[in-house]
Amino acid sequence: MKEALYFAVRNRKLVFGASVVGAMLLFAIFGPLLAQHPALEYGGVLSHAPTTHDSYWFGTTLLGQDVYAQFVTGLRLAFVVGALGGGIAALVGMLVGFTAGYRGGIVDEVLNMLTNVVLVIPTFALLLVIAAYLQVRGILAEAVFIGMTSWPWAARALRAQTFSLTSRDFVGLARLSGSSSWRIMTREIAPNMSSYIVMMFILLFGNAILIAATLDFIGLGPSNTISLGMMMQLSVQNAALQLHLWWWFVPPGIAIMLIVGSLYVMNVGLDEVFNPKLRSL
Amino acid sequence: MALSVDDLRVYYRTLKGDVRAVDGVTFDIADGEIMGLAGESGCGKSSLGNSLVYLTGRMRLVGGRVELDGRELPVADFRAMNEHRFRDISVIPQYAMSALNPTRRIGGIIGDLLRSRGYRMDEIKSELIRRLELVGLDRGVLDLFPIELSGGMKQRTVMVISTLLDPSLLIADEITSALDVSTQKAVAKMLVEFREREFVKSMIVITHDISILVQVADTIMVMYAGHLAEKASAQTIIESPRHPYTKLLISSLPEVGVRYTERKLVGIPGIPPQLLDPPKGCRFADRCPLARAQCREECPPFVQVAEGHQVACWQEAA
Amino acid sequence: MRRYLLRKLGIYALTFVAAVTIDWMIPHLMPGNPVRALMARIQIQDPQVAQHVYANYMRSFNLDLPLWKQYLYFWASLLHGDLGTSIMQFPSPVSSIILHALPYTLGLLVPAILLSWYVGNKLGAMAARRKVLDNTLLPIGYVMTATPYMWFAIVLVYVFAVTLSWAPVGLAYSPTAVRGFDTTFIGDVAHHWVLPFLSLFLVSCGGWAIGMRNLIIYELESDYAHYLEALGAPQRLVRKYAFRNAMLPQVTGLALAIGAIIAGALVTEIVFSYPGLGYQIYRAITNEDYFVIQGIFLFIIVGVLLANFVVDIVYVVVDPRTRIGMEGGGQA
Repeated sequence: MKEALYFAVRNRKLVFGASVVGAMLLFAIFGPLLAQHPALEYGGVLSHAPTTHDSYWFGTTLLGQDVYAQFVTGLRLAFVVGALGGGIAALVGMLVGFTAGYRGGIVDEVLNMLTNVVLVIPTFALLLVIAAYLQVRGILAEAVFIGMTSWPWAARALRAQTFSLTSRDFVGLARLSGSSSWRIMTREIAPNMSSYIVMMFILLFGNAILIAATLDFIGLGPSNTISLGMMMQLSVQNAALQLHLWWWFVPPGIAIMLIVGSLYVMNVGLDEVFNPKLRSL
Repeated sequence: MALSVDDLRVYYRTLKGDVRAVDGVTFDIADGEIMGLAGESGCGKSSLGNSLVYLTGRMRLVGGRVELDGRELPVADFRAMNEHRFRDISVIPQYAMSALNPTRRIGGIIGDLLRSRGYRMDEIKSELIRRLELVGLDRGVLDLFPIELSGGMKQRTVMVISTLLDPSLLIADEITSALDVSTQKAVAKMLVEFREREFVKSMIVITHDISILVQVADTIMVMYAGHLAEKASAQTIIESPRHPYTKLLISSLPEVGVRYTERKLVGIPGIPPQLLDPPKGCRFADRCPLARAQCREECPPFVQVAEGHQVACWQEAA
Repeated sequence: MRRYLLRKLGIYALTFVAAVTIDWMIPHLMPGNPVRALMARIQIQDPQVAQHVYANYMRSFNLDLPLWKQYLYFWASLLHGDLGTSIMQFPSPVSSIILHALPYTLGLLVPAILLSWYVGNKLGAMAARRKVLDNTLLPIGYVMTATPYMWFAIVLVYVFAVTLSWAPVGLAYSPTAVRGFDTTFIGDVAHHWVLPFLSLFLVSCGGWAIGMRNLIIYELESDYAHYLEALGAPQRLVRKYAFRNAMLPQVTGLALAIGAIIAGALVTEIVFSYPGLGYQIYRAITNEDYFVIQGIFLFIIVGVLLANFVVDIVYVVVDPRTRIGMEGGGQA
């Protein structure tokens, strides 16, 4: 553990990625506290460029809304959806993959079939249909949808990992010495998988943010609030492109790009930390 | 002299420093000599053998000079060595079981390899088939994928491939370790056969299993912790070794016919030293029953004590 | 091999049934009534007439039957190719809406998927070879994979269409164009196609490049690569083998990625007002045109399942290990 920390702080990719994500997170937490206007309020001058002269730091939308307020609200939502959606996917994926890999036999066959079925369904299309029928949508619902449709990929990977671990000698030894299944899982296998699970969660986090943004863009975002994807949707709908209102549609995308990209880079760094073979001298 | 190695040093770079796997090794191999290279795991024998052909990622050639057939072998220069690889010096690797590309047929692999080295498959094909049949493989093997061959078959295929261009020196790295006893004997016999038919001139057979060397090798060289301990004819090593380590090694071998109740199997107590920061004297001193003060102070040189017999020990050299 | 393919077919069939069932179930679980939405559009004044029309519609949409009967009718009409009728674009049948939009979507998707896969893999292989290329390509690759499809489309439109006027802002062809098979029209269509295609293509490339680079590095570390090098084989040969072996997992990856790219294509169409399935779905959602949404969803599912099946077949043909393993020929 200590060795992992030693390498972790020295790994440039991990440090860089984590810093960017951390900075955005801080922005998401404290940004809304600094907002001068409610995100959905129509108050300001229409289509105003960003300026330091008044309180509309990121400018205004075509309808006079504060882009900064919308931006930080969306940022918060992005993190929430990412954590929740990614978390649910990771949890379900862990349960399914772990059980399938550990138990094997008929349990594995059934779970595998389930995983394959859910995996093949283009989740996006499914989300489309489900979300379209819900009249009122909340961020929680969105996160649950995303979580419940993106777990198969994690389940597959964790199942493979569990297989390779359970066939190792130290598990055989534990079994021989009479440890119960639960004990074996938590004491022997889980610690070895923890690094894998962390990396998996990071990927699912980023993935959830992207899917949420896409859903929001199509118009299936949470009602009564504003998100990054919705900002982009509204800007396109209101011809912000033709009107050169770049401050409206550029920041949301950049934010997503920064967060998700840094998460991916962090993952590469983590891989190097946990896997000694990848470390360059 | 087929092979002449002078003060070879090969270290592994690690975060904590250099692991001195081969630390000043000097020896000769004559034309047509099969030399066995024996020692415990981690003594540096694989590193020594491989450094003559192919330096892998972390290996560094720190010093020394190697000559093959009178010409210097540019072992430190990867690209310059390519001229010699496969033609003058070749290797049967430790991982022969997985040395063949799983998605290509055997014939295809050999064809690609030959073509890339400037030979035409149709020129060599008949010889290739003859050699395959010699080791007991049907020519149909060329149309198979590696997954369709058993471990023993893959081992023999790799043996044929590695010696296809009749190299002067062949390095066989633990080629019997993964096989059952009867196959081991067959493979060992094949090595000698290759030498008889002049497919290979000289050989270094690396193994931790001395019983194989007895059947195959002309001479045996024993390594310990990066240094050479003893080199002599196979017979001498088995019957009258002079280095304490060799003596203990030989006496720890089980003998056919001797039962546990008659004589117990003796191991060598202790473990080899860390090669990251090796002791300054003789590296075997800690485990040696004959060790004296001088042994811990200075490293004994590898000197000749009789015709064709070299030992590195203060006691024996006296 | 036959067993393997049959098994896959079985899973796909199961998936299809599950998808159809979910598709049918959802509107019945949701509040609201599609017929009422239709009625709202027609706006009949006389309540008696309205009641009559309402009953008619309920009957024609089978909404007056018990649930299980509706389910069976759904399957029946599905197998007849009848996906219902659009509410918003009444009386156009959903199937004709789909068929009109399909060529545009396929025109974007197929070249984008194939080209991005091929080019991405080649780029990844190149990056694995040269350190300099690796250091520049890799960050770009990560940035591209992290970029949302629609945002990249937005940026492309803003920079190239609005600001630089190199390409049109949207649509499949100019409003003033005359349709026909002549070069002017085809040129016009191509001109409108470039930006949306590029948007899809570039974003997808990144993911493939990164995956391939990692796979090749892994292959270059393998035993067979080391053996060839020990025998003096040139890097050229080793890399050729590594590339071929690394392609295999990328083929399976293609099957997994199809769903994601389709989502990307849909939002890209929306940004460009490109009249493909994505655009139709967008309109359907905004107008609560349930049957269109359902129909397109099923259509996408079938397409994805088909594509997956094709990839499965290709993979078995291409990887000797699975082929031989399945025919029971392997020994070791």
